[in-house]
Amino acid sequence: MAHAGHQDDHGHGPPKGIVRWLTTTNHKDIGTMYLVFSLLMFLIGGAFAFMIRAELFEPGLQLLNPAVFNQMTTMHALVMVFGAVMPATVGLANWMIPMQIGAADMALPRMNLFSFWLLAFAFLLLLSTFLMPGGAPASGWTLYPPLVLQTGEAFPMAIFAIHLMGASSIMGAINVIVTIVNMRAPGMTLLKMPLFSWSWLITAYLLIAVMPVFAGGVTMLLTDYFFKTSFFNAAGGGDPVLFQHVFWFFGHPEVYIMILPAFGIVSEIIPTFSRKPIFGYEAMVYAIASIAFLSFIVWAHHMFTVGMPLAGQLFFTLSTMLIAVPTGVKIFNWTATMWRGSVSFEPPMLFALAFLFLFTIGGFSGLMLAIVPADFQYHDTYFVVAHFHYVLVPGAVFGIMGAVYYWLPKWTGHMYDMRLAKWHFWLSAIFVNVLFFPQHFLGLAGMPRRIPDYASQFADWNMVSSIGAFGFGLSQLLFVWLIVKCVRGGERATAGVWDWPHGLEWTVPSPAPYHTFEKAPEVH
Amino acid sequence: MSEPGKRNRSLALRLVLMAAGSFAFGFALVPLYDVFCEVTGIGSNAVLTRAGTVDGEVPVPNRTVVVEFTASVPDGGWTLEPVAPSMEVQPGRLYEAHYRARNLSGRETTGQAVPSISPMRAARYFVKTECFCFTPQHFARDEERELKVRFVVDRELPKEIDRLTLSYAFYDVERKAG
Repeated sequence: MAHAGHQDDHGHGPPKGIVRWLTTTNHKDIGTMYLVFSLLMFLIGGAFAFMIRAELFEPGLQLLNPAVFNQMTTMHALVMVFGAVMPATVGLANWMIPMQIGAADMALPRMNLFSFWLLAFAFLLLLSTFLMPGGAPASGWTLYPPLVLQTGEAFPMAIFAIHLMGASSIMGAINVIVTIVNMRAPGMTLLKMPLFSWSWLITAYLLIAVMPVFAGGVTMLLTDYFFKTSFFNAAGGGDPVLFQHVFWFFGHPEVYIMILPAFGIVSEIIPTFSRKPIFGYEAMVYAIASIAFLSFIVWAHHMFTVGMPLAGQLFFTLSTMLIAVPTGVKIFNWTATMWRGSVSFEPPMLFALAFLFLFTIGGFSGLMLAIVPADFQYHDTYFVVAHFHYVLVPGAVFGIMGAVYYWLPKWTGHMYDMRLAKWHFWLSAIFVNVLFFPQHFLGLAGMPRRIPDYASQFADWNMVSSIGAFGFGLSQLLFVWLIVKCVRGGERATAGVWDWPHGLEWTVPSPAPYHTFEKAPEVH
Repeated sequence: MSEPGKRNRSLALRLVLMAAGSFAFGFALVPLYDVFCEVTGIGSNAVLTRAGTVDGEVPVPNRTVVVEFTASVPDGGWTLEPVAPSMEVQPGRLYEAHYRARNLSGRETTGQAVPSISPMRAARYFVKTECFCFTPQHFARDEERELKVRFVVDRELPKEIDRLTLSYAFYDVERKAG
């Protein structure tokens, strides 16, 4: 980025200094801001997790009182989901989609700018709730009533923050769809489009379909709280279980909103470092579309224990298990891409491989949770915590880190420190398992989630898990240091960067000039 | 405005409409949820708080089921207890049961009982002809009184169900929400 403008054939670079970042509508600048924002949120959300694991290091209450502990679990989830993972994928979309499809910029640059700043203010609002009487929301990220209605002064702030971040991601999604549908270079048919762009196109539709439903649900909470409507209030004829249905109708597609872009990233990385085109490209596209469709009809598997007729339990069990089919197609196609490929193990590939193994573990524990009688046992235990952290941390987060290692030389024009990157990878990959694998055992042994204290028989694995957490958290500082180093300098990166680059983004110089593809490239 | 700019705007507009449609759908889930509960008969308020009628009692001979009575007071401020914890009844015959409620809130107030039947499948076979849950109950300060429910267990109650539980959650409707 330090070099942006020098290669610019139009002779007008960005304004200098802070003004550039406040007023920019350039997709690369906005992408960078999203990525930096999400890294900051990753560290803040990580600090909350650090406190949770410090409290759980041994039985008893040492550091946090239970109310603060509940605020930590709630804010950790909200910050990581809406502040770290989603904005990171939006940042990658901003940077890479125009470059992958040969467009000059995103279709709606000013809306792009607006959605970034909305997000920034949404989190300012959300994080400021720590300073309010009654503290931050402490109901869990699922915001179930009536518990969430006990939130103090923070309640309306948290709801408005959710409205703002929802509006921000809906605008981001609209931008992605319009860009992909209208701005592809001539010859770039939909079925020639790189899989990262494909995964984002489908993610964007999911966002538009479910984010507003969530916004509606939290609006109902707000009117229940302030205007005595009784959407979720049994005394007034409402039903608190209705909220769970509304929430999970959003919540389940939401988890795919977080993972599908990571699928797209892995589908870019594995072919590059296997030096072979992706195996079964069209099957990959259809698999993403099938997963997206299925995500709308499985939501009640999050709430088997609220009571449901047998037919409902069977339907949601079977539809949930059906997701394993397209997901299996993806896993096998990635594996088949490597088959007889000339595989090398650069940092992006290491993260993609760890994704492949560890996401699959998370997928399998998901299948276990889909079985109703088993779910009654596992529900609200650490087994669930282990499950969704396996799909989100070595799943979505490793995917995003793989993407950063894959495209960082394209963004900065410098190669990064490979040795440091490998240290970061191995420390992360080992500690993430030390952190989350024992949580399976804790859950199967019956340890409930969202508690600040626990029975002494759970002590050993909790200590192991906490040690893993501290190791994993500290390892991420290497990541921050590596990025700073790479932005500031390093060996010059070539246009192709890697041995077997494929796709339009590798045809422009590194760092990518401030304006790319102002004249659309021809794709054959 | 240039041609591509126009196309972008019109597509963006359609997508905004789609998002607005999703927002409306979120609210449409509220009535849809009630319709769904009504059709399947699970935990539906419409079913549970509906006054049924009985035309002529024709009890099923040689069959009795046990009806248990419980109550809870989620927000406090009251006591609500069944006078008798359970009752053996013949499907098809009309019965009357009593609860005793007391206002402990220290002021005059109004309570609303929300009924629930378990197992859920039995809900549609439990017909209340008269119930204190149909209307809000006004209580003077520290007042204690008995509340009445008259019910009949439908003759069609599935054979494998031999015991069902009627429970009430009792709320103070004058208490500020949240």
